[in-house]
Amino acid sequence: MTEGKIQPKSASTVAGSLDAKDFVTMTVADQLFGIPVLTVQDVLGPQRITRIPIAPPEVAGALNLRGRIVTAIDVRRCLDLPARPENNRGMNVVVDHLGELYSLIVDSVGEVLSLPGDTLERNPSTLDPRWRVVSGGIYRLQGKLLVVLDVTRLLDFRRAEAA
Amino acid sequence: MDDLLREFLTETTESLAALDLELVKLEQNPNDPGILGNIFRLVHTIKGTCGFLGLPRLETLAHAAENVLGKVRDGELVVTPEAVSLVLASLDSLKAILSALEQTEAEPAGDDADLKASLNAFAEGKALPAAAPVETKAASKVEIAAAAPITAAGPVHSAPEPEPALIEAAVERLALAAEEPAVEAAAPVTSAEKPAPKDLQEAKESAVAAQSIRVNVSLLENLMTMVSELVLTRNQLLQILRSQKDSEFAAPLQRLNHITSELQEGVMKTRMQPIGNAWGKLPRLVRDLSLELNKKIDLQMHGAETELDRQVLEMIKDPLTHLVRNCADHGLEAPVERKKAGKAEVGRIALDAFHEGGHIVIQISDDGRGLPVDKIKAKALANGLASEADLATMSDQQIQQFIFKAGFSTAAQVTSVSGRGVGMDVVRTNIEKIGGTVELKSAAGKGTSFVIKIPLTLAIVSALIVECAGERFAIPQISVLELVRAQAGSETTIEWINNSPVLRLRNELLPLVSLRNLLKLGERKTDALTEAFIVVTQVGTNTFGIMVDRVFDTEEIVVKPVSPILRDVSMFSGNTILGDGSVIMILDPNGIAAATGEAASSEDTHAEAASAQAGASHERVALLVFRAGSEAPKAVPLALIARLEEVDSKTIELSDGKPVIQYRGRLMPLVGMDMSHEIKRDRRQPILVFADSQRSMGLLVDEIVDIVEDRLNIELTTGRAGYVGTAVVAGKSTDIVDTGYYLTQAFSDWFGAKGAAFGEDEQKGKRLLLVDDSPFFRNLLAPLLSAAGYAVTTAESADQALGLCEAGHDFDVIVSDIEMPGMSGFEFAEAVRKSSRWQDTPLVALSSHATPRDFDRGRKAGFTDYVAKLDRDALLQTLIQTTAHGSNAA
Repeated sequence: MTEGKIQPKSASTVAGSLDAKDFVTMTVADQLFGIPVLTVQDVLGPQRITRIPIAPPEVAGALNLRGRIVTAIDVRRCLDLPARPENNRGMNVVVDHLGELYSLIVDSVGEVLSLPGDTLERNPSTLDPRWRVVSGGIYRLQGKLLVVLDVTRLLDFRRAEAA
Repeated sequence: MDDLLREFLTETTESLAALDLELVKLEQNPNDPGILGNIFRLVHTIKGTCGFLGLPRLETLAHAAENVLGKVRDGELVVTPEAVSLVLASLDSLKAILSALEQTEAEPAGDDADLKASLNAFAEGKALPAAAPVETKAASKVEIAAAAPITAAGPVHSAPEPEPALIEAAVERLALAAEEPAVEAAAPVTSAEKPAPKDLQEAKESAVAAQSIRVNVSLLENLMTMVSELVLTRNQLLQILRSQKDSEFAAPLQRLNHITSELQEGVMKTRMQPIGNAWGKLPRLVRDLSLELNKKIDLQMHGAETELDRQVLEMIKDPLTHLVRNCADHGLEAPVERKKAGKAEVGRIALDAFHEGGHIVIQISDDGRGLPVDKIKAKALANGLASEADLATMSDQQIQQFIFKAGFSTAAQVTSVSGRGVGMDVVRTNIEKIGGTVELKSAAGKGTSFVIKIPLTLAIVSALIVECAGERFAIPQISVLELVRAQAGSETTIEWINNSPVLRLRNELLPLVSLRNLLKLGERKTDALTEAFIVVTQVGTNTFGIMVDRVFDTEEIVVKPVSPILRDVSMFSGNTILGDGSVIMILDPNGIAAATGEAASSEDTHAEAASAQAGASHERVALLVFRAGSEAPKAVPLALIARLEEVDSKTIELSDGKPVIQYRGRLMPLVGMDMSHEIKRDRRQPILVFADSQRSMGLLVDEIVDIVEDRLNIELTTGRAGYVGTAVVAGKSTDIVDTGYYLTQAFSDWFGAKGAAFGEDEQKGKRLLLVDDSPFFRNLLAPLLSAAGYAVTTAESADQALGLCEAGHDFDVIVSDIEMPGMSGFEFAEAVRKSSRWQDTPLVALSSHATPRDFDRGRKAGFTDYVAKLDRDALLQTLIQTTAHGSNAA
């Protein structure tokens, strides 16, 4: 296991505490993403989603989570990725943002990983601007990279468009 | 009892009870600033509310007590048992006065002079003579006992019971005081005094305090959420029940249904309060302001019963008060000034509240001087809010918006009432905090109005569930007028004007909007084109139809606000969960109306309406294209046509050699496009029906070709009778029919004269404003005048016309009707003459009454000339003359 290895070059690491953070991992178009576990309320299987016409394209619709209306966000759309294949109805990761619930529709949800805060690396400068905005940093795991999703920025479509 | 008073009593009783406790605590910990602060705050609140309600005795007494406490808080005095006793005694007096107040709804007589004197003396740091507090308390007790007739009179003499500990001290002193010579005068009533406080207290507790309890709003909020869930579950159960016949659950479910409804209503009620509660203090406020400012103010309030959520009510109380205060101080002029401006001396401030499509709208308007644009400009410059260049490009309305910026006050002098530069920004912030909007309209010399719109974020409404392109939507039932099913071949069919669908509904042409197009739900299958359900919807004064695929039933829904990221989507007012658990979007009829170009409300913003009207001859006009006589297409403005009919030609009869038809129980004359028009007996005859208020006539045509929307630019005028000229319509040169000509063919008296002088070259491009409330005459005259070379702009009311003036439009001549609803032509003329922009513009009156007396009156009001309404020759002649004069004068 090498993913926990501390980088000698402090300039390339984002200042963070030593204590580990837990992330819910998920994949979107084969890319691994992570969201801090504390911001995740629920993980749901495929849901009946009501389309919301004339909403921003990133909004997949609305769904009913135990009596609360949750706005579903298509993460693939947010990241300018092609639509999910027909046979994948996606998973819903429900997050709380400023008291409102949003469901991030991803391809699949994986395990919860505990990652030390000080191994978080900055976004590479070559990252697509659309991605750079929503990425809160990168973790190097064995064999793959995990992008930390910044939910606040992900939900701020206007900024995403401006970027 | 007055609600306000009841609330006050409950609140103050609670505060006093808390004070008793706190004071005792203070005595034990004399140096605890927390307790002291709390006490001070409580007393201060009591004083404040008393003052507000106009209870001077309570107020002054509380004030004296507050004084003492203030000194103690500031460290000028030390907490001593004497001080505490003194304050406690004043609290007891307060309580006693309160009970009397509760029973008689008036303050008992008396001024507590002695008690106040000793409080004041104490506050000034004079040591009290040992007997002094004793004496004063006794005196005040006596007064109170006397002032509370019920308790003083009755059986209380018999069995005085032990006093509650807290007032014991005072009572002991009273016993002492009985021996003092100072109170001997009051001796006859002292026998009743001892039991009095006790008795008063009991009465108080049982009467008001016990009837209401305070509940945390969040508890109610939770209750509401749970009831909402219960409603949804009930809906779900009912839906299941509907699919099952003879279920034994039917009866209990019905019962559950009823109970749930009642529960829901009850819980809603706990949170709803009439807006009048927030207005309660305004009459008093305005009265005081009018005295202070030396203005005469009439406060009119409408819709006080409009209910809104308590929390929302609390939030808008202050902004409302502030706005009213501003109206009184800044908005309204002094009586002298008003007189000079030709207004009534008494200024008017009007408050209106009403529900509109899931919102509560509160309007606050005054008829004062309006917002001074110049001053605002100067101030904005001075404050560095905008540069001179910015300001130059801004409309007056944009400039007026500056008053919502922080630190902005235009009052030349800061008065005690308003003008300290805090306020409008806070008003706006507070309103926006609860998801509302505040709009500002102001017209110089005419007044200012603020429109506050607050969404009902928490409400259960009944809604119609419809389907379009496989998606379901809810439309609030409140804005639905009726449902119409349109089908090809049936009586109601959807017709198309260019690409705009319309429906003939009784006597009106109802504009339709396709929900599918509006929400970009994709193309509709062609076979479905002819069939649709139409939800006839009303927004403000506008009525339109929403085309949907299917209509389900009505359901009670809980309106939940849409997620913040969807706030920009104006088409939805909220969303909800249906009985079957699915999420559904609630359509906002206001948003739909706005999106389809129907102004959200009739007089939404003058400027918008005005700019839409400006350059009317470049506007698109719906034209009916038809053929008659020759192959060349002919057209007539669609708005002039009342109906299109197709009749069996056999039903056409002859009367006096002229064709007539029995139409809607009356004989309607028919006129052919050509004199030689032959009525072909063997087919159905299309007729264009024109109607004035009483009369109608039919124009026989060969074929109705199309309805197109195009700019009506008459490029060639013609000498042919019956034609206004030729214009390019839908790419083809088309003769524009002069309806007036044919109207006179049917009724020779429809207009005063026929024929007109067209093509006056010198009139080319003269800008003409036509003000007439009747769309018929507007549509008739506008093409005629534009044929004569004028660039015609129309306005349907004097107000709208003045709106154009304010919006900065200029005209070479104005033609105005006299009889108009609202502002009449005479008033309009006076207003025009008073305005700076248009004061020299020639003004021609149009009226069906053209007696010399009318003429005189018109002249006096400021009209340049006066023409009989239907005399087109005279009108055109007059216009040539007046515009010539006008340009000479200029």
